[in-house]
Amino acid sequence: MPWDRNQMAERAAQELEDGMYVNLGIGIPTLVANYVGDKDITLQSENGMLGMGPFPFDGEEDPDLINAGKQTITELRRTSYFDSAQSFGMIRGGKIAAAILGAMEVSEQGDLANWMIPGKLVKGMGGAMDLVAGVGRVIVIMDHTNKHGDSKLLKECTLPLTGKAVVDRVITNLGVLDVTHKGLHIQELAPGVTREDMIAATEAKIV
Amino acid sequence: MKKVYESASEALNGVLHEGMTIAAGGFGLCGIPELLIDAIVESGVKDLTVASNNCGVDGFGLGKLLDTKQIKKMMSSYVGENAEFMRQYLSGELELEFNPQGTLAERMRAGGCGIPGFYTKTGVGTVIAEGKEHKDFDGQTYILERGIFADLSIVKAWKADTTGNAVFRKTARNFNPPAAMCGKICIMEVEEIVEPGELDGDHIHLPGIYVHRLIQGNHEKRIEQRTTRTREDA
Repeated sequence: MPWDRNQMAERAAQELEDGMYVNLGIGIPTLVANYVGDKDITLQSENGMLGMGPFPFDGEEDPDLINAGKQTITELRRTSYFDSAQSFGMIRGGKIAAAILGAMEVSEQGDLANWMIPGKLVKGMGGAMDLVAGVGRVIVIMDHTNKHGDSKLLKECTLPLTGKAVVDRVITNLGVLDVTHKGLHIQELAPGVTREDMIAATEAKIV
Repeated sequence: MKKVYESASEALNGVLHEGMTIAAGGFGLCGIPELLIDAIVESGVKDLTVASNNCGVDGFGLGKLLDTKQIKKMMSSYVGENAEFMRQYLSGELELEFNPQGTLAERMRAGGCGIPGFYTKTGVGTVIAEGKEHKDFDGQTYILERGIFADLSIVKAWKADTTGNAVFRKTARNFNPPAAMCGKICIMEVEEIVEPGELDGDHIHLPGIYVHRLIQGNHEKRIEQRTTRTREDA
């Protein structure tokens, strides 16, 4: 059985080590926070916060306290706030250990496309380009194939890039792959998924 | 040194002109200068270039200035929440310059610090880098991004003293300090103006040197994505 969304998030949480400062993207990456367990992880929200807490209880929403997805959230005892220039200063400056992000396409060189589909509504890149250029490690969580069954791991991305050669590791419903100089290297397979299954579902070169 | 004005329109008196560049604070609808936006709508000034991370939502925040077609160009990182924005952009009525969010914030900060340009890795190898100077430092490629020097900054803080020393609240700080810094004139709206001495000088987020005019007023502070959990989840 390939992993479902929650199992992918649970697997991604294993990437996080005690003491890390981490930025989680919108979508499946947000679920990773549910699986960090006892590890001491500080979540950054790029709109200007370190130490992001859970969603507020009904009636306790604060319009001055939101995450980068514009959702109401809460603070923790360790929380600190800062402005957007400082927030991206710590991102660009390599102080954030890892970002876990969603993707539309990843290439075998580690190129990432996750912000724009030409001809469709263009919403903008937000902080994604800054994050992939600046953080220590970029981990992508995404479905292995799109809704047509085509591989999202490609020889070359077809969509406009968010960053070139920026992805370190990809976690899909089929398993875990690392970007190497020679191509993608399978690190782990989801239960019941064979190496042959993975190769058959992947356009990118697997080594 | 009179910084405190009675209303947003009084504070904007003599400042607005056609074709000007305005830097605005706020992230989504959080920490936006609601009162100054309303007064700019009222003024009817046109052909504005606005540097702001987002462009409000339909009918609120900077979205109001879209409805009245007062904006000629937006410099933003994310504009996904606004149907009127998309309509004007796709029909060619509105120019849009996408900036990576951190690049936009740093462009404002740099402008405010007298820095006309800086090199960054953000966007190298993407459409953002097209037409920009590339330069290698220590084996890594960077692109040149320009500081933003705005004619006017419109920002929102929580509290300020009458000299403009300001304190923000939680994530409502966001783009407000860098936006405040990059304007020739900065007008700030706050929830409460206090006397000098009432704010601890060690706890000021933005010193009053950046703030030229100041108003106090009531803010709607609309929530864009109300997200909660139930007590049972906890």
